Amino acid sequence: MSKLGKIKLPHRKHTAEMKDSRIPTPSVVVLPMSQYIGAPAIPIVKVGQTVCVGTKVAEADGKVSAAIHSPVSGTVKKVGDFLLANGKSCQAITIESDGEMTMDPGITPPTVTNAEELCQAIRESGLVGLGGAGFPTANKLENAISKNIDTIIVNGAECEPYITVDNRTMIDGAENVVKGVKIIEEYIPGPQQIIVAIENNKPIAIKKMTEAFAGDPKVKVVALPSEYPQGAEKTLVYTLLGRVIPDGKLPSDVGCVMFNVTSVAFFAHYLETGIPYVWRTLTVDGSAVKSPKNVTAPIGTSLRDILTFCDADFDNLGKVLYGGPMMGIAAYDLDAPIYKNTNALLALSKAESLPKKQYPCIHCGKCVAHCPMGLNPTAFVKAMKIESKDERAEALQSANVLSCIDCGSCSYVCPSRRPLVENNKLAKNDLRATLASKKN
Amino acid sequence: MNKLIVSSSPHIKTKHDTPRIMLDVIIALLPALIAGVVIYGIRALLVVATCVVSSVVAEFLFNLITKKEQTVFDLSAIITGLILALSLRADAPIWQCVIGSVFAIVVVKCLFGGLGCNFANPAATGRVFLLICFSSTLAGGSLPLITSNPDLVAGATPLPQIAAGAELPSLLDMFLGLRGGSIGESCILALLIGFVYLVARKVINFEVPLIMVATVFVLSLIVGGDVNVALYQVLAGGLVFGAVFMATDYVTTPITRVGKMIFAFGCGLITFLIRMYGNYPEGVSFAILFMNIISPYIEQWTKPRALGKRGNK
Repeated sequence: MSKLGKIKLPHRKHTAEMKDSRIPTPSVVVLPMSQYIGAPAIPIVKVGQTVCVGTKVAEADGKVSAAIHSPVSGTVKKVGDFLLANGKSCQAITIESDGEMTMDPGITPPTVTNAEELCQAIRESGLVGLGGAGFPTANKLENAISKNIDTIIVNGAECEPYITVDNRTMIDGAENVVKGVKIIEEYIPGPQQIIVAIENNKPIAIKKMTEAFAGDPKVKVVALPSEYPQGAEKTLVYTLLGRVIPDGKLPSDVGCVMFNVTSVAFFAHYLETGIPYVWRTLTVDGSAVKSPKNVTAPIGTSLRDILTFCDADFDNLGKVLYGGPMMGIAAYDLDAPIYKNTNALLALSKAESLPKKQYPCIHCGKCVAHCPMGLNPTAFVKAMKIESKDERAEALQSANVLSCIDCGSCSYVCPSRRPLVENNKLAKNDLRATLASKKN
Repeated sequence: MNKLIVSSSPHIKTKHDTPRIMLDVIIALLPALIAGVVIYGIRALLVVATCVVSSVVAEFLFNLITKKEQTVFDLSAIITGLILALSLRADAPIWQCVIGSVFAIVVVKCLFGGLGCNFANPAATGRVFLLICFSSTLAGGSLPLITSNPDLVAGATPLPQIAAGAELPSLLDMFLGLRGGSIGESCILALLIGFVYLVARKVINFEVPLIMVATVFVLSLIVGGDVNVALYQVLAGGLVFGAVFMATDYVTTPITRVGKMIFAFGCGLITFLIRMYGNYPEGVSFAILFMNIISPYIEQWTKPRALGKRGNK
């Protein structure tokens, strides 16, 4: 088994010791219909309608999609177009809060007696993978039941700098993690082992988890070196099990399914209370944040409200990131909301955000040596210079550009600060567009 | 309204930027420079200063005349001048130093598009150019000022001496550089200090110099059958200098680790062939130049294999 390319990053886990604090109820929340991988949800409320906490406001559209619920009680103000931080557009529901946080009277704990009911319940909860990518969790559960699975991986690696949400879940919510794992063991009969994977920069979480699972022979808590991108799905499966997920396939195709540890804790919480996934805990940090915190906020709360709560220096804001510094998406508007999968909000100072001087590629090979997926990012740069669309697509395909997981390692290590990830993303979109046009 | 800066991830970058790498290479060259001045006298410093200044001025003027962005601050021109100078003898005529530097910078580097675009190592090519044009004044090496062996022949370097079967400096003198040679190539101790520094700073992988030197050693041992002669082959000429500072050049060597290793082996092999069977006593710069030419092909053969294509056992 060959070692994958990894990099050492500064940890900056300033909030590792901090329990989450609840933000005051915001006056308005905005719920975009596309907050995860899959088809956007379809709004089922009208302007003027009153909703409560947990009232379903949008229905999942097809198989790979997730329902959306109101995180506050109040009135629907607007159902309209919305531009997401990633540049795509979708519909969004704006809800004005009445400040009461009245719970929907229809909320009751779901009845779960078998695997199908568990999938159905999780589908109703609107849960998506909380590690960052946001794949609808119900789909993963279905794979875990229907496919030949021998291992479940509970991902608590949390390898991006700053973020400590999963760390806190494993410490403060250890009980829920254990209950969540029990639910998996009870309803998903296939797996022989459950691996809880944690980077070794979280000693307290490792200790907590090891103690919590001491009596369960099926569960193994594994401490991994703190090397980025340790928690990425494909590399983690390879590191833990030595299994290669072929391009275009899922972990379930090689006998395993991976859940983020905070998602697992939510299983327990949901089966007990029936409250859908409407509140998000996220790490708020960065050089422009005066009091870094782990914050629990209604999904749809504006970045401005959250940054205000954490005493951000608004005069010195350069970049505001959804997620960690390696893969996070830069927000263009402070009034934009947090999403279901927003695990961190980083506010960087102007000085830290300004672009640094670039130099020509000196062919040093650091991007190649550190790519966890075994790719050569400079090959994508060369390929993108080819004028002919078909030849370009061929070059990109033969260089395996679609294997790229956007982890950011190549750009991070590049001494000439070439915009490699940016090029990778453009190249992937370009190739996908060419392939799609060929199909039609 | 606050204006936010929007850019692609990642939003943090390493501190080890290109000028820092160049500075590390310059620092790694300093022990060899100091040793050269101590061994061959202050005239060596004049050669070095000439090459460095002409390289930087040549790049500056080229950018000015062709209206390109000024690139002298990336420090790479200093390295070219420094490496070229250290591969010359201490009594090299100044005007020839200027010609060599201008050739290396303008013809080999700038005309191909500047830093990162040249296919051949500027310093190695500059040296080969000078050696062919001015062999009467630049071949061989100048005599050391300090030596444990007063019978050394003026101008003779150990490699032709090996070829002629003449008396050789001791292995220790060879290691310390107390012998005829080029300014920066003789003191192996100083080169090793530079090598360790570059490896420790993660500027270079240790394999490339090691494979190139080991290839020459093993082949010499097999063909010559004498450990002593094989050791002289390693310590003499520009082998260690070329292996540490020319064969590890990023721009002109393959991008993959395996590719770099094949490149290093090829450099060692060609060096050995030229030294053993060619007319030139020294083959390092030629070997590196030839391998530079096939470097893109080595890169083609050693493409990394994507994780998703590796398959399960």
